[in-house]
Amino acid sequence: MDLTFSREEEAFRERVRSFIAEHLPARLKGRTRRDLATKEDYLDWHRTLYRKGWVAPLWPKEYGGTDWSVTERYIFNEECARAETPPLIPFGLAMVGPVIYTFGNAAQKQKFLPRILSGDDWWCQGYSEPGAGSDLASLKTRAVRDGDHYVVNGQKTWTTLAQFADWIFCLVRTDPSVKPQQGITFLLVDMKTPGITVKPIIVLDGVREVNEVFFDDVMVPIENRVGEENQGWTYAKFLLVHERSGIAGVARSKKAIERLREIAAAEQVDGTPLIETDEFARKVAEVEIDLTALEFTELRTLAAEARGGHAGPESSILKIKGTEIQQRITELTLEAVGYYAYPDAHGFGDNEYPVGPEDSVGTAGVYFNMRKASIYGGSNEIQRNIIAKAVLGL
Amino acid sequence: MDFAYSEEQNLLRNSVVRLLADNYSFETFKKVSRGEPGWRPESWKQFAELGLLGAPLPEAYGGLGGGPVETMVVMEAFGRALVVEPYVPTVVVGGGILQSAGSEAHKQEWLPKIAAGDAVLAFAFAEPQGRYNLADLAVTAKKQGSAYVLNGQKSVVIGAPFAHALIVTARTAGARREEKGLSVFLVNRRARGISTRDFPTVDGLRASEITFENVEVPADNLVGTPDDALPLIEQIVDEAIAAHCAEALGAMRMLQESTVEFSKTRKQFGVPIGKFQALQHRMVDMFMQVEQSASMTLMVTLKLGDSESARKKAASAAKVQIGKAARFVGQNAVQIHGGMGMTDELALGHYFKRVTMIDTLYGNVDHHLKRYASLG
Repeated sequence: MDLTFSREEEAFRERVRSFIAEHLPARLKGRTRRDLATKEDYLDWHRTLYRKGWVAPLWPKEYGGTDWSVTERYIFNEECARAETPPLIPFGLAMVGPVIYTFGNAAQKQKFLPRILSGDDWWCQGYSEPGAGSDLASLKTRAVRDGDHYVVNGQKTWTTLAQFADWIFCLVRTDPSVKPQQGITFLLVDMKTPGITVKPIIVLDGVREVNEVFFDDVMVPIENRVGEENQGWTYAKFLLVHERSGIAGVARSKKAIERLREIAAAEQVDGTPLIETDEFARKVAEVEIDLTALEFTELRTLAAEARGGHAGPESSILKIKGTEIQQRITELTLEAVGYYAYPDAHGFGDNEYPVGPEDSVGTAGVYFNMRKASIYGGSNEIQRNIIAKAVLGL
Repeated sequence: MDFAYSEEQNLLRNSVVRLLADNYSFETFKKVSRGEPGWRPESWKQFAELGLLGAPLPEAYGGLGGGPVETMVVMEAFGRALVVEPYVPTVVVGGGILQSAGSEAHKQEWLPKIAAGDAVLAFAFAEPQGRYNLADLAVTAKKQGSAYVLNGQKSVVIGAPFAHALIVTARTAGARREEKGLSVFLVNRRARGISTRDFPTVDGLRASEITFENVEVPADNLVGTPDDALPLIEQIVDEAIAAHCAEALGAMRMLQESTVEFSKTRKQFGVPIGKFQALQHRMVDMFMQVEQSASMTLMVTLKLGDSESARKKAASAAKVQIGKAARFVGQNAVQIHGGMGMTDELALGHYFKRVTMIDTLYGNVDHHLKRYASLG
């Protein structure tokens, strides 16, 4: 047992670090999802990594992966967080890509995978519906077979960044007569197909992050079905448990605590830096300690995987604790900036300086926005149900 | 980076778990902790025969040549079995302090005896006025000729009633609470001028209040640097903290697992109470606290050899997590067991007591949060 990295792993870290230093443009450093305004902003860093061959570390080598060890992937994530690279959009790389190379046919792999890697296709996720949130299997969007097409009718919602999407992967109901989980099919749908309408939903921080997607007699060729009809729930579940490394967001949260410390060092309370007051120092210490525990829980999970085993039950904790910690950091950052949490970051023009210290801009927006984290990806209550059933056997 | 046990560590783990399963039932715990002398010398002998008492000690002195990972393995198993024998005071603190700061003569005299089960040590560091501050010492040691003369009182010295020798922290210079001026002594438990008041602890251990009245200690029995022993004391306490984290982890696993099992069999409203979502989520939160504690135990164990500031942060962070988890897991284990959780009859309550007292030992959550924050 030891915590040290091998000489090869340290050399790998150096290679990653210098590549990022050389290729990350200053205008993208530290940009988060909420302030990347355009599709090009998002794709810029994606394409840089693609050209290097590093855009899909999780994928098998034959489909364009990097063939890195678990530790190398961990180091790569750490270095990206350290350098504050912009986030990659997960819907293609982390979600539908793995479903296609695991369950798709040869034609689908050939057609879709290269374009996910290159960033030529932007994917979005059609899971949730107005009546199917935590109870996802109750979804009602209907797909009826008509010759060599499915005709799709219904509505998806909370569809992240659908306004940029070229394709959407959807769970649709193909058999309403069986148990809800057994009548679901996994379809790949071209967003340009007639009958699809996308309507924006503005979230708490004033950003168009999610959308409603309506399907009105949308014709989807049967070759766009992944796997078998009525087996979609199996593929959806695979996607939910596939590769949890990174979901904890440890490296990003470390960076966020660093920033919180800087802000709290600049703020003064009766002439003392906020970070040196007992109350605030204690709160920061608590969240940092929680994060240390989560980091080692993640490392234990990775170590188990590296030994060829499956991630143990401890991996179920990563989503719950990871999002709780992310939310707590945004909450403390909001507290730290004091009055300058007030100005609405969207209330200023592009060529105007916002009011208040640079670090305070948008902190309230981030806090409000991050309430989503315990709701998405299977709410934290659903995660607890999963652990209760699958791990504790209740 | 590697979190796997070596083959030897796996063997050690299997053998300690088997020994305790065969010889250390809950009934044994109750009988031993409530009877006299309050520990079982034959268990101690068995531990020695298995090599447990020398697990982290050097092979040259009769040990197995292990380190903190071996201690963690032993202590997690001891926590699961509610072992009352003074392993941490003797092996981790006594053995540890002599190994890192003792003279060659100290090592040759004591380490083989510790490993063989022939010596029990106790750590006299706490004082009535000092709370968790290791430097707030009123016990003094004054040099007189070739000896030091000790005066003052030590509190709650765990394992002292069976100890052959005491590791005593004392002030040899400086003012109360000053960081400089501390020294460590190895003191014969039977030395003239020592009086003790022995008592049982709430979690089944034995301890003593110890008064030193002009106790003469040969100057050779000073361990480490005179007048500057705080760094040594802190290092040993951090090592003891790591060991107790592992012990608490073993105990918390028992609490969490037995609560889940109970909820599957206890029926109310016609169903097992484990079917109720309010209780399921509570038990998931207990499970997460236990897993986070396992992670922190591993973290502190692997960081004991890091730089001083990294080691201190690791120990305090782990102690905070274990302290919080101990309360949450212990309190909810009792709650979910209902009235049965309140009874002395079930093992559960005894685990609850043990983990609660571990939060206090070497500083509670508040103390370690403050220490952690002060390290920047």
